[in-house]
Amino acid sequence: MTDVPRFTPFQRTLHWIMAVLILTMLFLGVGMASTVAHVYLRFVHIHETLGIAILVLALIRLAVRLRYGAPPLPLDLPEPMKLAAHLSHYVLYALMIAMPLLGWAMLSAARYPVVLWGGVWLPRIAPQSASLHTALWNAHFYLAFLFYAVILMHLAAALFHALVRRDGVFEAMGPQLARREIAPAE
Amino acid sequence: MPEAPRPAARNAIGSLVLIAAIVAFAAAAFAYTAGWFSPGRLTPQKLVDGFDLRSPPPLGHRRNHAKGICFTGVFESTGAGFELSRAQVFEQGRYPVIGRFNLATPDPDANDAKVRVRGLGLMISTPDGQEWRMAMIDAPFFPVATVQGFHDLQLASASTAPDAMANFVKAHPEFAAFGAWAKAAPWTGSYAEERFNSLDSFIFTNASGQDHAVRWSLDPTAQPVAVPPEELAKRGPNFLETEITERIKKGPLRWTMMITVANPGDQTADPSKAWPDDRRKIEVGSLIVDRIEPEADGPCRDINFDPTVLPSGMRVSDDPFPPARSSAYRVSYDRRTAEEKDYPRTATGSAQ
Repeated sequence: MTDVPRFTPFQRTLHWIMAVLILTMLFLGVGMASTVAHVYLRFVHIHETLGIAILVLALIRLAVRLRYGAPPLPLDLPEPMKLAAHLSHYVLYALMIAMPLLGWAMLSAARYPVVLWGGVWLPRIAPQSASLHTALWNAHFYLAFLFYAVILMHLAAALFHALVRRDGVFEAMGPQLARREIAPAE
Repeated sequence: MPEAPRPAARNAIGSLVLIAAIVAFAAAAFAYTAGWFSPGRLTPQKLVDGFDLRSPPPLGHRRNHAKGICFTGVFESTGAGFELSRAQVFEQGRYPVIGRFNLATPDPDANDAKVRVRGLGLMISTPDGQEWRMAMIDAPFFPVATVQGFHDLQLASASTAPDAMANFVKAHPEFAAFGAWAKAAPWTGSYAEERFNSLDSFIFTNASGQDHAVRWSLDPTAQPVAVPPEELAKRGPNFLETEITERIKKGPLRWTMMITVANPGDQTADPSKAWPDDRRKIEVGSLIVDRIEPEADGPCRDINFDPTVLPSGMRVSDDPFPPARSSAYRVSYDRRTAEEKDYPRTATGSAQ
Protein backbone atom coordinates (compact mmCIF):
# COMPACT_ATOMS: atom_id res chain seq x y z
CA MET A 1 0.00 0.00 0.00
CA THR A 2 2.30 2.71 -1.18
CA ASP A 3 -0.35 4.44 -3.31
CA VAL A 4 -3.10 6.63 -1.92
CA PRO A 5 -6.57 5.39 -2.89
CA ARG A 6 -7.75 7.27 -5.98
CA PHE A 7 -10.83 7.78 -8.09
CA THR A 8 -10.89 5.63 -11.24
CA PRO A 9 -9.14 7.14 -14.29
CA PHE A 10 -12.54 7.62 -15.97
CA GLN A 11 -13.84 9.52 -12.93
CA ARG A 12 -10.73 11.70 -12.86
CA THR A 13 -11.02 12.45 -16.60
CA LEU A 14 -14.68 13.38 -16.22
CA HIS A 15 -13.92 15.58 -13.22
CA TRP A 16 -11.27 17.66 -14.98
CA ILE A 17 -13.17 18.01 -18.25
CA MET A 18 -16.23 19.15 -16.32
CA ALA A 19 -14.17 21.49 -14.15
CA VAL A 20 -13.09 23.34 -17.28
CA LEU A 21 -16.59 23.31 -18.80
CA ILE A 22 -18.34 24.49 -15.64
CA LEU A 23 -15.90 27.32 -14.98
CA THR A 24 -16.22 28.42 -18.62
CA MET A 25 -19.99 28.22 -18.23
CA LEU A 26 -20.14 30.37 -15.09
CA PHE A 27 -17.85 33.04 -16.54
CA LEU A 28 -19.82 33.05 -19.80
CA GLY A 29 -23.01 33.43 -17.81
CA VAL A 30 -22.03 36.52 -15.85
CA GLY A 31 -20.15 37.92 -18.84
CA MET A 32 -23.00 37.63 -21.33
CA ALA A 33 -25.54 39.02 -18.86
CA SER A 34 -23.54 42.24 -18.64
CA THR A 35 -22.69 43.08 -22.24
CA VAL A 36 -24.44 44.45 -25.32
CA ALA A 37 -21.44 43.72 -27.55
CA HIS A 38 -21.79 41.63 -30.70
CA VAL A 39 -20.16 38.67 -28.93
CA TYR A 40 -23.23 38.45 -26.67
CA LEU A 41 -25.04 36.17 -29.13
CA ARG A 42 -22.05 33.86 -29.44
CA PHE A 43 -21.73 33.68 -25.66
CA VAL A 44 -25.41 32.76 -25.35
CA HIS A 45 -25.02 30.09 -28.01
CA ILE A 46 -21.97 28.53 -26.32
CA HIS A 47 -23.60 28.85 -22.89
CA GLU A 48 -26.65 26.90 -24.02
CA THR A 49 -24.62 24.25 -25.85
CA LEU A 50 -22.21 23.76 -22.94
CA GLY A 51 -25.13 23.63 -20.52
CA ILE A 52 -26.61 20.63 -22.27
CA ALA A 53 -23.15 19.02 -22.53
CA ILE A 54 -22.65 19.48 -18.78
CA LEU A 55 -26.08 18.02 -18.05
CA VAL A 56 -25.26 14.88 -20.06
CA LEU A 57 -21.79 14.54 -18.52
CA ALA A 58 -23.16 15.11 -15.00
CA LEU A 59 -25.69 12.31 -15.41
CA ILE A 60 -22.96 9.97 -16.66
CA ARG A 61 -20.76 11.06 -13.79
CA LEU A 62 -23.49 10.45 -11.24
CA ALA A 63 -23.99 6.93 -12.59
CA VAL A 64 -20.25 6.26 -12.46
CA ARG A 65 -20.04 7.61 -8.92
CA LEU A 66 -22.91 5.41 -7.78
CA ARG A 67 -21.22 2.41 -9.40
CA TYR A 68 -17.60 2.98 -8.33
CA GLY A 69 -17.99 5.24 -5.29
CA ALA A 70 -15.26 7.44 -3.91
CA PRO A 71 -12.02 6.63 -2.08
CA PRO A 72 -12.43 6.80 1.72
CA LEU A 73 -11.42 10.00 3.46
CA PRO A 74 -8.43 9.77 5.85
CA LEU A 75 -9.37 8.29 9.21
CA ASP A 76 -7.88 11.22 11.09
CA LEU A 77 -9.85 13.85 9.18
CA PRO A 78 -11.88 15.87 11.74
CA GLU A 79 -15.62 15.19 11.64
CA PRO A 80 -16.65 18.73 10.58
CA MET A 81 -14.32 18.48 7.57
CA LYS A 82 -15.71 15.08 6.66
CA LEU A 83 -19.23 16.47 6.87
CA ALA A 84 -18.27 19.47 4.74
CA ALA A 85 -16.66 17.19 2.17
CA HIS A 86 -19.75 14.99 1.87
CA LEU A 87 -22.20 17.91 1.83
CA SER A 88 -20.24 19.86 -0.76
CA HIS A 89 -20.22 16.85 -3.07
CA TYR A 90 -24.00 16.51 -2.80
CA VAL A 91 -24.39 20.23 -3.52
CA LEU A 92 -22.03 20.12 -6.50
CA TYR A 93 -23.79 17.14 -8.07
CA ALA A 94 -27.18 18.74 -7.47
CA LEU A 95 -26.08 22.01 -9.10
CA MET A 96 -24.39 20.34 -12.07
CA ILE A 97 -27.67 18.65 -12.89
CA ALA A 98 -30.10 21.37 -11.77
CA MET A 99 -28.50 24.43 -13.38
CA PRO A 100 -28.83 23.32 -17.02
CA LEU A 101 -32.38 22.13 -16.38
CA LEU A 102 -33.30 25.42 -14.68
CA GLY A 103 -31.87 27.44 -17.57
CA TRP A 104 -33.60 25.30 -20.19
CA ALA A 105 -36.92 25.44 -18.30
CA MET A 106 -36.55 29.21 -17.76
CA LEU A 107 -36.25 29.81 -21.51
CA SER A 108 -39.08 27.37 -22.16
CA ALA A 109 -41.32 29.30 -19.76
CA ALA A 110 -40.44 32.45 -21.74
CA ARG A 111 -41.37 30.61 -24.98
CA TYR A 112 -37.84 31.35 -26.07
CA PRO A 113 -35.92 28.76 -28.07
CA VAL A 114 -32.78 26.94 -26.95
CA VAL A 115 -30.66 26.48 -30.08
CA LEU A 116 -27.53 24.36 -29.79
CA TRP A 117 -24.35 24.40 -31.82
CA GLY A 118 -25.17 22.91 -35.20
CA GLY A 119 -28.65 24.43 -35.33
CA VAL A 120 -30.47 21.94 -33.09
CA TRP A 121 -33.67 23.44 -31.62
CA LEU A 122 -34.49 21.80 -28.29
CA PRO A 123 -38.11 21.14 -27.33
CA ARG A 124 -39.67 23.20 -24.57
CA ILE A 125 -39.70 21.52 -21.15
CA ALA A 126 -41.96 23.97 -19.29
CA PRO A 127 -45.24 25.70 -20.09
CA GLN A 128 -45.20 29.36 -21.06
CA SER A 129 -45.74 31.32 -17.84
CA ALA A 130 -44.51 34.69 -16.62
CA SER A 131 -44.53 33.69 -12.95
CA LEU A 132 -42.80 30.37 -13.63
CA HIS A 133 -40.22 32.20 -15.75
CA THR A 134 -39.50 34.58 -12.88
CA ALA A 135 -39.15 31.77 -10.35
CA LEU A 136 -36.78 29.85 -12.65
CA TRP A 137 -34.84 33.01 -13.50
CA ASN A 138 -34.29 33.73 -9.81
CA ALA A 139 -33.20 30.16 -9.16
CA HIS A 140 -30.81 30.11 -12.14
CA PHE A 141 -29.35 33.50 -11.21
CA TYR A 142 -28.80 33.03 -7.48
CA LEU A 143 -27.74 29.39 -7.71
CA ALA A 144 -25.04 30.42 -10.20
CA PHE A 145 -23.38 32.51 -7.50
CA LEU A 146 -23.85 29.73 -4.95
CA PHE A 147 -22.32 27.30 -7.47
CA TYR A 148 -19.24 29.46 -7.91
CA ALA A 149 -18.92 29.96 -4.15
CA VAL A 150 -19.08 26.20 -3.54
CA ILE A 151 -16.50 25.65 -6.30
CA LEU A 152 -14.18 28.15 -4.59
CA MET A 153 -14.63 26.32 -1.27
CA HIS A 154 -13.98 23.03 -3.06
CA LEU A 155 -10.81 24.54 -4.55
CA ALA A 156 -9.68 25.88 -1.18
CA ALA A 157 -10.31 22.53 0.48
CA ALA A 158 -8.44 20.66 -2.27
CA LEU A 159 -5.45 22.98 -1.89
CA PHE A 160 -5.65 22.63 1.90
CA HIS A 161 -5.43 18.86 1.52
CA ALA A 162 -2.60 19.21 -1.02
CA LEU A 163 -0.46 21.84 0.70
CA VAL A 164 -1.28 21.75 4.41
CA ARG A 165 -2.61 18.34 5.41
CA ARG A 166 -0.84 16.40 2.65
CA ASP A 167 -3.13 13.49 3.40
CA GLY A 168 -3.64 12.10 -0.10
CA VAL A 169 -7.15 13.50 -0.57
CA PHE A 170 -6.00 15.90 -3.30
CA GLU A 171 -4.13 13.10 -5.04
CA ALA A 172 -7.27 10.98 -5.14
CA MET A 173 -8.49 13.28 -7.93
CA GLY A 174 -5.41 15.27 -8.86
CA PRO A 175 -1.86 14.43 -9.89
CA GLN A 176 0.16 12.51 -7.30
CA LEU A 177 2.18 15.42 -5.96
CA ALA A 178 2.86 14.09 -2.48
CA ARG A 179 3.49 10.46 -3.34
CA ARG A 180 7.10 10.35 -2.27
CA GLU A 181 6.40 12.16 0.96
CA ILE A 182 3.55 9.91 1.97
CA ALA A 183 5.16 6.65 1.08
CA PRO A 184 7.76 6.54 3.90
CA ALA A 185 5.08 6.86 6.55
CA GLU A 186 3.80 3.36 5.93
CA MET B 1 -2.14 8.27 14.57
CA PRO B 2 0.53 8.11 11.86
CA GLU B 3 3.92 7.03 13.16
CA ALA B 4 5.84 9.82 11.45
CA PRO B 5 4.65 13.42 11.53
CA ARG B 6 3.83 14.81 8.13
CA PRO B 7 6.37 17.32 6.84
CA ALA B 8 3.57 19.79 6.33
CA ALA B 9 3.21 22.03 9.34
CA ARG B 10 6.39 23.94 8.65
CA ASN B 11 4.84 25.98 5.86
CA ALA B 12 1.24 25.93 7.00
CA ILE B 13 0.90 29.70 7.31
CA GLY B 14 2.48 30.30 3.93
CA SER B 15 0.25 27.68 2.34
CA LEU B 16 -2.88 29.17 3.88
CA VAL B 17 -1.93 32.61 2.58
CA LEU B 18 -1.35 31.12 -0.87
CA ILE B 19 -4.75 29.37 -0.81
CA ALA B 20 -6.50 32.56 0.29
CA ALA B 21 -4.77 34.49 -2.50
CA ILE B 22 -5.83 31.95 -5.14
CA VAL B 23 -9.44 32.00 -3.97
CA ALA B 24 -9.50 35.80 -3.77
CA PHE B 25 -8.08 36.05 -7.29
CA ALA B 26 -10.68 33.63 -8.63
CA ALA B 27 -13.49 35.55 -6.94
CA ALA B 28 -12.16 38.84 -8.32
CA ALA B 29 -11.92 37.42 -11.84
CA PHE B 30 -15.56 36.39 -11.63
CA ALA B 31 -16.61 39.82 -10.38
CA TYR B 32 -14.59 41.47 -13.14
CA THR B 33 -16.28 39.32 -15.79
CA ALA B 34 -19.65 40.27 -14.35
CA GLY B 35 -18.71 43.93 -14.81
CA TRP B 36 -18.61 44.86 -11.12
CA PHE B 37 -15.32 46.73 -11.57
CA SER B 38 -16.30 48.28 -14.91
CA PRO B 39 -18.83 51.05 -14.28
CA GLY B 40 -18.18 52.35 -17.81
CA ARG B 41 -19.28 49.13 -19.53
CA LEU B 42 -22.45 49.53 -21.57
CA THR B 43 -24.69 46.82 -20.16
CA PRO B 44 -28.16 45.75 -21.27
CA GLN B 45 -29.37 46.92 -17.87
CA LYS B 46 -28.12 50.44 -18.64
CA LEU B 47 -29.82 50.43 -22.04
CA VAL B 48 -33.11 49.39 -20.47
CA ASP B 49 -32.71 51.87 -17.61
CA GLY B 50 -32.22 54.49 -20.33
CA PHE B 51 -35.93 54.29 -21.13
CA ASP B 52 -36.87 55.04 -17.53
CA LEU B 53 -34.92 58.29 -17.19
CA ARG B 54 -37.83 60.64 -17.86
CA SER B 55 -40.60 58.76 -16.12
CA PRO B 56 -40.97 55.80 -13.78
CA PRO B 57 -40.75 52.40 -15.52
CA PRO B 58 -44.04 50.98 -16.86
CA LEU B 59 -44.25 48.04 -14.45
CA GLY B 60 -45.30 44.82 -16.15
CA HIS B 61 -44.92 46.30 -19.63
CA ARG B 62 -42.17 46.28 -22.22
CA ARG B 63 -39.67 48.99 -21.36
CA ASN B 64 -39.81 50.43 -24.86
CA HIS B 65 -42.55 50.05 -27.47
CA ALA B 66 -44.66 49.69 -24.34
CA LYS B 67 -48.00 50.42 -25.99
CA GLY B 68 -49.25 47.78 -28.38
CA ILE B 69 -52.02 45.48 -29.55
CA CYS B 70 -51.79 41.79 -30.53
CA PHE B 71 -52.60 40.20 -33.85
CA THR B 72 -52.58 36.72 -35.33
CA GLY B 73 -52.69 35.48 -38.89
CA VAL B 74 -50.51 33.73 -41.42
CA PHE B 75 -47.45 34.32 -43.51
CA GLU B 76 -48.14 33.13 -47.03
CA SER B 77 -44.85 32.27 -48.68
CA THR B 78 -44.52 32.43 -52.47
CA GLY B 79 -41.42 30.21 -52.47
CA ALA B 80 -39.38 32.97 -54.11
CA GLY B 81 -37.30 33.52 -50.96
CA PHE B 82 -35.89 30.02 -51.11
CA GLU B 83 -33.20 31.17 -53.54
CA LEU B 84 -31.88 33.40 -50.73
CA SER B 85 -32.39 31.26 -47.64
CA ARG B 86 -33.00 27.58 -47.04
CA ALA B 87 -35.27 28.41 -44.08
CA GLN B 88 -38.53 26.49 -44.21
CA VAL B 89 -40.45 29.76 -43.96
CA PHE B 90 -39.52 30.43 -47.60
CA GLU B 91 -40.90 27.17 -48.90
CA GLN B 92 -44.23 27.84 -50.56
CA GLY B 93 -46.95 27.52 -47.94
CA ARG B 94 -48.84 29.17 -45.11
CA TYR B 95 -47.28 29.51 -41.67
CA PRO B 96 -48.97 30.81 -38.50
CA VAL B 97 -47.89 34.16 -37.08
CA ILE B 98 -48.27 36.00 -33.79
CA GLY B 99 -47.52 39.70 -33.87
CA ARG B 100 -47.94 43.05 -32.25
CA PHE B 101 -48.53 46.56 -33.55
CA ASN B 102 -46.82 49.01 -31.25
CA LEU B 103 -45.63 52.53 -30.60
CA ALA B 104 -42.01 53.45 -29.90
CA THR B 105 -42.59 54.88 -26.46
CA PRO B 106 -41.91 53.73 -22.90
CA ASP B 107 -45.43 54.92 -21.95
CA PRO B 108 -48.13 52.23 -22.27
CA ASP B 109 -50.77 54.97 -21.99
CA ALA B 110 -49.24 57.28 -24.59
CA ASN B 111 -51.45 59.34 -26.89
CA ASP B 112 -51.29 57.64 -30.29
CA ALA B 113 -51.08 61.00 -32.06
CA LYS B 114 -47.93 61.95 -30.15
CA VAL B 115 -45.70 59.02 -31.01
CA ARG B 116 -43.70 59.47 -34.18
CA VAL B 117 -42.39 55.94 -34.68
CA ARG B 118 -44.69 52.94 -35.06
CA GLY B 119 -43.52 49.35 -34.96
CA LEU B 120 -44.47 45.79 -35.71
CA GLY B 121 -43.25 42.68 -33.88
CA LEU B 122 -43.68 39.39 -35.71
CA MET B 123 -43.08 35.71 -35.04
CA ILE B 124 -43.52 33.17 -37.84
CA SER B 125 -43.53 29.50 -36.80
CA THR B 126 -42.74 26.68 -39.20
CA PRO B 127 -43.49 22.93 -38.97
CA ASP B 128 -39.81 22.12 -38.38
CA GLY B 129 -40.19 23.72 -34.93
CA GLN B 130 -38.17 26.80 -35.82
CA GLU B 131 -39.20 30.43 -35.63
CA TRP B 132 -38.39 33.71 -37.31
CA ARG B 133 -38.89 36.65 -34.99
CA MET B 134 -38.51 40.28 -35.98
CA ALA B 135 -39.10 43.74 -34.60
CA MET B 136 -39.52 46.39 -37.29
CA ILE B 137 -40.39 50.08 -37.38
CA ASP B 138 -41.86 52.46 -39.93
CA ALA B 139 -38.79 54.70 -40.14
CA PRO B 140 -36.68 53.92 -43.23
CA PHE B 141 -33.42 53.93 -41.25
CA PHE B 142 -32.29 53.91 -37.64
CA PRO B 143 -31.55 57.19 -35.80
CA VAL B 144 -27.98 56.29 -34.83
CA ALA B 145 -25.12 54.21 -36.16
CA THR B 146 -23.86 52.60 -32.96
CA VAL B 147 -25.25 51.10 -29.77
CA GLN B 148 -23.31 53.62 -27.70
CA GLY B 149 -24.87 56.33 -29.88
CA PHE B 150 -28.30 55.00 -28.98
CA HIS B 151 -27.47 55.19 -25.28
CA ASP B 152 -26.10 58.71 -25.77
CA LEU B 153 -29.42 59.61 -27.40
CA GLN B 154 -31.28 58.24 -24.37
CA LEU B 155 -29.12 60.32 -22.04
CA ALA B 156 -29.38 63.48 -24.16
CA SER B 157 -33.16 63.17 -24.47
CA ALA B 158 -33.51 62.90 -20.71
CA SER B 159 -30.99 65.62 -19.90
CA THR B 160 -32.13 68.97 -18.58
CA ALA B 161 -28.99 70.67 -19.88
CA PRO B 162 -30.08 73.11 -22.60
CA ASP B 163 -27.34 72.07 -25.02
CA ALA B 164 -27.62 68.31 -24.44
CA MET B 165 -29.39 67.53 -27.73
CA ALA B 166 -27.22 69.95 -29.69
CA ASN B 167 -24.11 68.27 -28.35
CA PHE B 168 -25.54 64.86 -29.12
CA VAL B 169 -26.28 65.81 -32.75
CA LYS B 170 -22.79 67.24 -33.06
CA ALA B 171 -21.30 63.94 -31.87
CA HIS B 172 -23.71 61.82 -33.96
CA PRO B 173 -24.23 63.66 -37.27
CA GLU B 174 -26.13 60.68 -38.71
CA PHE B 175 -29.03 61.66 -36.44
CA ALA B 176 -29.82 64.65 -38.68
CA ALA B 177 -31.27 62.38 -41.39
CA PHE B 178 -33.61 60.79 -38.86
CA GLY B 179 -34.62 64.20 -37.56
CA ALA B 180 -35.46 65.29 -41.11
CA TRP B 181 -37.54 62.13 -41.66
CA ALA B 182 -39.40 62.63 -38.37
CA LYS B 183 -40.25 66.19 -39.35
CA ALA B 184 -41.22 65.67 -42.97
CA ALA B 185 -42.60 62.13 -43.30
CA PRO B 186 -46.39 62.00 -43.53
CA TRP B 187 -48.41 60.53 -40.64
CA THR B 188 -51.17 58.04 -41.35
CA GLY B 189 -54.31 57.13 -39.44
CA SER B 190 -53.75 53.37 -39.40
CA TYR B 191 -51.21 50.68 -38.61
CA ALA B 192 -52.52 49.00 -41.78
CA GLU B 193 -51.14 51.82 -43.93
CA GLU B 194 -47.61 51.68 -42.56
CA ARG B 195 -44.57 50.19 -44.19
CA PHE B 196 -42.42 48.40 -41.61
CA ASN B 197 -38.68 47.94 -42.11
CA SER B 198 -36.10 45.58 -40.63
CA LEU B 199 -33.48 48.35 -40.73
CA ASP B 200 -30.84 45.89 -39.53
CA SER B 201 -28.95 43.71 -41.99
CA PHE B 202 -28.92 39.94 -41.80
CA ILE B 203 -27.23 37.16 -43.72
CA PHE B 204 -29.36 34.61 -45.57
CA THR B 205 -27.85 31.30 -46.66
CA ASN B 206 -29.49 29.20 -49.37
CA ALA B 207 -29.46 25.46 -49.91
CA SER B 208 -26.26 25.72 -51.97
CA GLY B 209 -24.53 27.48 -49.09
CA GLN B 210 -24.41 30.91 -50.74
CA ASP B 211 -24.64 33.90 -48.44
CA HIS B 212 -26.56 37.10 -49.20
CA ALA B 213 -26.72 40.21 -47.04
CA VAL B 214 -30.33 41.35 -46.84
CA ARG B 215 -32.76 43.77 -45.28
CA TRP B 216 -36.52 43.53 -45.59
CA SER B 217 -39.76 45.44 -45.44
CA LEU B 218 -43.47 44.80 -45.09
CA ASP B 219 -45.27 46.97 -47.64
CA PRO B 220 -48.94 47.64 -46.91
CA THR B 221 -51.49 46.79 -49.57
CA ALA B 222 -53.76 49.41 -48.02
CA GLN B 223 -53.26 52.80 -49.66
CA PRO B 224 -51.55 55.17 -47.18
CA VAL B 225 -53.49 58.36 -46.59
CA ALA B 226 -51.54 61.24 -45.10
CA VAL B 227 -53.24 62.84 -42.11
CA PRO B 228 -51.77 65.87 -40.32
CA PRO B 229 -50.90 65.12 -36.67
CA GLU B 230 -53.22 67.94 -35.51
CA GLU B 231 -56.05 66.05 -37.17
CA LEU B 232 -54.95 62.74 -35.57
CA ALA B 233 -54.91 64.42 -32.15
CA LYS B 234 -58.68 64.91 -32.43
CA ARG B 235 -59.32 61.20 -32.88
CA GLY B 236 -58.72 60.22 -29.26
CA PRO B 237 -55.65 58.85 -27.48
CA ASN B 238 -56.16 55.26 -28.68
CA PHE B 239 -57.30 55.90 -32.24
CA LEU B 240 -54.78 53.50 -33.76
CA GLU B 241 -56.04 50.56 -31.69
CA THR B 242 -59.69 51.50 -32.24
CA GLU B 243 -59.15 51.91 -35.97
CA ILE B 244 -57.34 48.59 -36.49
CA THR B 245 -59.94 46.74 -34.40
CA GLU B 246 -62.71 48.18 -36.61
CA ARG B 247 -60.82 47.74 -39.88
CA ILE B 248 -60.22 44.03 -39.35
CA LYS B 249 -63.99 43.45 -39.23
CA LYS B 250 -64.13 44.30 -42.94
CA GLY B 251 -61.55 41.70 -43.87
CA PRO B 252 -57.94 40.60 -43.37
CA LEU B 253 -55.10 43.12 -43.54
CA ARG B 254 -52.19 42.42 -45.87
CA TRP B 255 -48.57 43.39 -46.25
CA THR B 256 -46.14 42.21 -48.92
CA MET B 257 -42.75 41.10 -47.67
CA MET B 258 -39.96 42.43 -49.85
CA ILE B 259 -36.37 41.30 -49.30
CA THR B 260 -33.71 43.73 -50.45
CA VAL B 261 -30.44 42.07 -51.43
CA ALA B 262 -27.20 43.99 -50.91
CA ASN B 263 -24.76 44.47 -53.74
CA PRO B 264 -21.26 43.22 -53.04
CA GLY B 265 -19.54 45.86 -50.95
CA ASP B 266 -22.70 47.36 -49.44
CA GLN B 267 -22.14 48.05 -45.77
CA THR B 268 -24.18 45.97 -43.32
CA ALA B 269 -22.91 47.38 -40.02
CA ASP B 270 -24.78 50.69 -39.98
CA PRO B 271 -28.60 50.65 -39.95
CA SER B 272 -28.66 54.48 -39.96
CA LYS B 273 -27.75 54.35 -43.65
CA ALA B 274 -30.21 52.93 -46.16
CA TRP B 275 -28.93 51.09 -49.19
CA PRO B 276 -29.42 52.74 -52.59
CA ASP B 277 -32.91 52.30 -54.04
CA ASP B 278 -31.77 50.28 -57.05
CA ARG B 279 -30.86 47.18 -55.06
CA ARG B 280 -32.51 43.95 -56.10
CA LYS B 281 -35.85 43.31 -54.38
CA ILE B 282 -37.61 39.97 -54.14
CA GLU B 283 -41.24 39.53 -53.12
CA VAL B 284 -41.18 36.50 -50.85
CA GLY B 285 -44.69 36.41 -49.43
CA SER B 286 -47.51 38.16 -47.65
CA LEU B 287 -48.36 38.83 -44.05
CA ILE B 288 -52.09 38.32 -43.63
CA VAL B 289 -53.53 39.55 -40.34
CA ASP B 290 -56.99 38.25 -39.56
CA ARG B 291 -57.48 38.78 -35.85
CA ILE B 292 -56.77 41.63 -33.45
CA GLU B 293 -56.74 41.17 -29.65
CA PRO B 294 -55.98 43.55 -26.79
CA GLU B 295 -52.52 42.99 -25.37
CA ALA B 296 -53.53 42.31 -21.75
CA ASP B 297 -54.85 38.84 -22.59
CA GLY B 298 -53.50 38.53 -26.10
CA PRO B 299 -51.06 35.96 -27.46
CA CYS B 300 -48.30 38.52 -28.15
CA ARG B 301 -48.10 39.71 -24.58
CA ASP B 302 -45.49 37.29 -23.30
CA ILE B 303 -43.55 36.97 -26.54
CA ASN B 304 -40.13 38.57 -26.74
CA PHE B 305 -39.88 39.74 -30.37
CA ASP B 306 -36.13 39.27 -30.31
CA PRO B 307 -34.82 39.83 -33.86
CA THR B 308 -32.00 37.34 -33.34
CA VAL B 309 -34.35 34.37 -33.08
CA LEU B 310 -33.73 33.15 -36.61
CA PRO B 311 -34.27 29.81 -38.35
CA SER B 312 -31.44 27.84 -39.94
CA GLY B 313 -30.55 29.65 -43.15
CA MET B 314 -30.54 33.09 -41.51
CA ARG B 315 -28.04 34.67 -39.17
CA VAL B 316 -27.01 38.08 -37.90
CA SER B 317 -24.51 40.19 -39.84
CA ASP B 318 -21.84 42.51 -38.43
CA ASP B 319 -24.65 44.97 -37.60
CA PRO B 320 -24.11 45.66 -33.86
CA PHE B 321 -27.79 46.30 -33.13
CA PRO B 322 -29.42 42.84 -33.27
CA PRO B 323 -27.13 41.42 -30.54
CA ALA B 324 -27.58 44.55 -28.42
CA ARG B 325 -31.33 44.47 -28.92
CA SER B 326 -31.39 40.79 -27.99
CA SER B 327 -29.57 41.40 -24.72
CA ALA B 328 -31.69 44.45 -23.84
CA TYR B 329 -34.99 42.82 -24.84
CA ARG B 330 -34.12 39.95 -22.53
CA VAL B 331 -33.60 42.31 -19.60
CA SER B 332 -36.87 44.06 -20.40
CA TYR B 333 -38.60 40.67 -20.57
CA ASP B 334 -37.07 39.50 -17.29
CA ARG B 335 -38.22 42.66 -15.56
CA ARG B 336 -41.75 42.79 -16.91
CA THR B 337 -42.51 39.13 -16.31
CA ALA B 338 -41.38 39.62 -12.70
CA GLU B 339 -43.90 42.48 -12.43
CA GLU B 340 -46.89 40.54 -13.68
CA LYS B 341 -48.98 41.63 -10.70
CA ASP B 342 -48.67 45.24 -11.85
CA TYR B 343 -50.22 44.41 -15.23
CA PRO B 344 -52.74 41.69 -14.46
CA ARG B 345 -54.61 39.83 -17.12
CA THR B 346 -58.24 40.88 -17.33
CA ALA B 347 -59.91 37.65 -18.42
CA THR B 348 -60.01 34.63 -16.15
CA GLY B 349 -58.48 31.35 -17.21
CA SER B 350 -56.59 32.87 -20.12
CA ALA B 351 -53.34 31.04 -19.58
CA GLN B 352 -51.89 31.60 -23.04
